[in-house]
Amino acid sequence: MECMDREEMRKLQTIRLKRIVDHVYHNTPFYRKKMQEMGLEPGDIQSIDDIVKLPFTTKQDMRDNYPYGLLAVPRSEIVRLHASSGTTGKPVVACYTRKDLSIWSEVVSRCLTAYGVTKNDSVQVSYGYGLFTGGLGAHGGVENIGGMVIPMSSGNTQKQIQLMHDFGASVLCCTPSYALHIAETIHASDIPIEEFKLRVGAFGAEPWTENMRKELQEQLKIKAFDIYGLTEVCGPGVGGECEYQNGTHLWEDHFFPEIVDPNTLQPVEPGKMGELVFTTLTKEGMPLLRYRTRDLTHLNYSKCECGRTAVRMGRILGRSDDMLIIRGVNVFPSTIESIILEMPEFEPQYLIVVDRVDNTDTFQIQVEVRPEYYSDEMSKMLELKKKMAQRMQSIIGLKPDIRIVEPRYIERSTGKAKHVIDHRKFE
Amino acid sequence: MLIKQLSIFLENKKGRFTEVAKILGDAGVNMSAFTVSENSDFGILRLIVSDTDKAIAVLREKRYAVSEADVVCLHCPNQPGALAKAMEIITAAGIFIEYMYAFSQGDAANVIIRPDDIQKCSEVLKDNKLELIAANDLYKL
Repeated sequence: MECMDREEMRKLQTIRLKRIVDHVYHNTPFYRKKMQEMGLEPGDIQSIDDIVKLPFTTKQDMRDNYPYGLLAVPRSEIVRLHASSGTTGKPVVACYTRKDLSIWSEVVSRCLTAYGVTKNDSVQVSYGYGLFTGGLGAHGGVENIGGMVIPMSSGNTQKQIQLMHDFGASVLCCTPSYALHIAETIHASDIPIEEFKLRVGAFGAEPWTENMRKELQEQLKIKAFDIYGLTEVCGPGVGGECEYQNGTHLWEDHFFPEIVDPNTLQPVEPGKMGELVFTTLTKEGMPLLRYRTRDLTHLNYSKCECGRTAVRMGRILGRSDDMLIIRGVNVFPSTIESIILEMPEFEPQYLIVVDRVDNTDTFQIQVEVRPEYYSDEMSKMLELKKKMAQRMQSIIGLKPDIRIVEPRYIERSTGKAKHVIDHRKFE
Repeated sequence: MLIKQLSIFLENKKGRFTEVAKILGDAGVNMSAFTVSENSDFGILRLIVSDTDKAIAVLREKRYAVSEADVVCLHCPNQPGALAKAMEIITAAGIFIEYMYAFSQGDAANVIIRPDDIQKCSEVLKDNKLELIAANDLYKL
């Protein structure tokens, strides 16, 4: 599947798309109604290219049909339920049939295998277990390839590193930010990093940058790979990187990806950036047509050096709902973050503050200087500000007001950090 | 004859200096001299205190960004032309002054100087028979 000829893949996708459209039309009232409103019948979908005729699904649709409104099978066929944390409003629910779980394990296995993980590996799963898809998703994949799972779940970092050491874990699965915390904890502990057997990191559930990869690889002495997924589509395993770490291969025989312009919802030219949209081609329990992920990225259909033909997704540059438009310029907090991470003079914490004064947007970035870079000379401190403002301008095309704040002024977060405050009112 | 000076990074916000003064006061650290250099968002407070190590420890504990720098303190008569003479010597030696501040007491004036080349500056001043104050004496002022 992973190395299939692209034409063959399209044929398979066509067969599966027709089947899934038929399935939801007859079993999910929500989709039947949507399609009928558009004057669409299953017979109108004759090839994978016809996917553009189908309606989109949004997170709001999932909330409106909470919890079981999008089920396409009787409740009795469902063997597992997961839900996203949902910081705003109701959680997003995903229901799996037995076959859905087996496909999920299969796609996670593909990722692990691409990272070079085998049955000889001991895999510490430090994603949270529970409603969150991370823990059990990774767990199923490891068992499927015959590796040994160490089901740690997240938290209690001291114990994590002690057991990681004692059990000789060779693979770590968790979020990249938690991996950084684990790395810090190891370096602050009495156990030298050389005594750990770690060699591979499978990190996902949040976007991360090349700089973060570099840092994790150096600190943990591993090769760090992206694993991509989202609760709505199945959880981790929708795609994963290969040994070349040059894009995340999406398992498109199960999850058909499209890139659309988030404003017009029209497909963009191949290779151009836009919002990632998935249609689940094989899911039984809760299939989704053209689900808008809000993740902004691009797709690369060229064959990878590893031999896989499976399309590669670029880094996630942000979310279409996170994107800031400041003085008409599109600004992604993730770009700002990677610039800050590249500059050794500054701490990785930051806060973007946007406001509108006299009809003009103000754009401030609050940063903390690392202790060794504080100077008694005003000129050197001003030089630091100027250096960052210039780097920002050359990369994002907009000059921010850099504000150096006192150490620890920016709030530290254990979960998802708040990076943007937008005071503007758009009425 | 080198003197340790502390620099503290402070945001331009109400009460920041009050807090620093209180922390040092509570720790029993006395300030001999200080100056503030500021712009619109932050200031750098430079000060000379009776116990540098203790001051650094208590301030860092409260998460202040504190750094140390060496300065010299010139002791000269509090009369016209005295400072000009010292400055001419420094300039003639090709030394650049990053910043300086002064305080006078009766007949004498003390000028704290942060030059780009501190060794050269202190040697040039000594060679020209100008008086430099030792750290211990300054802390007592």
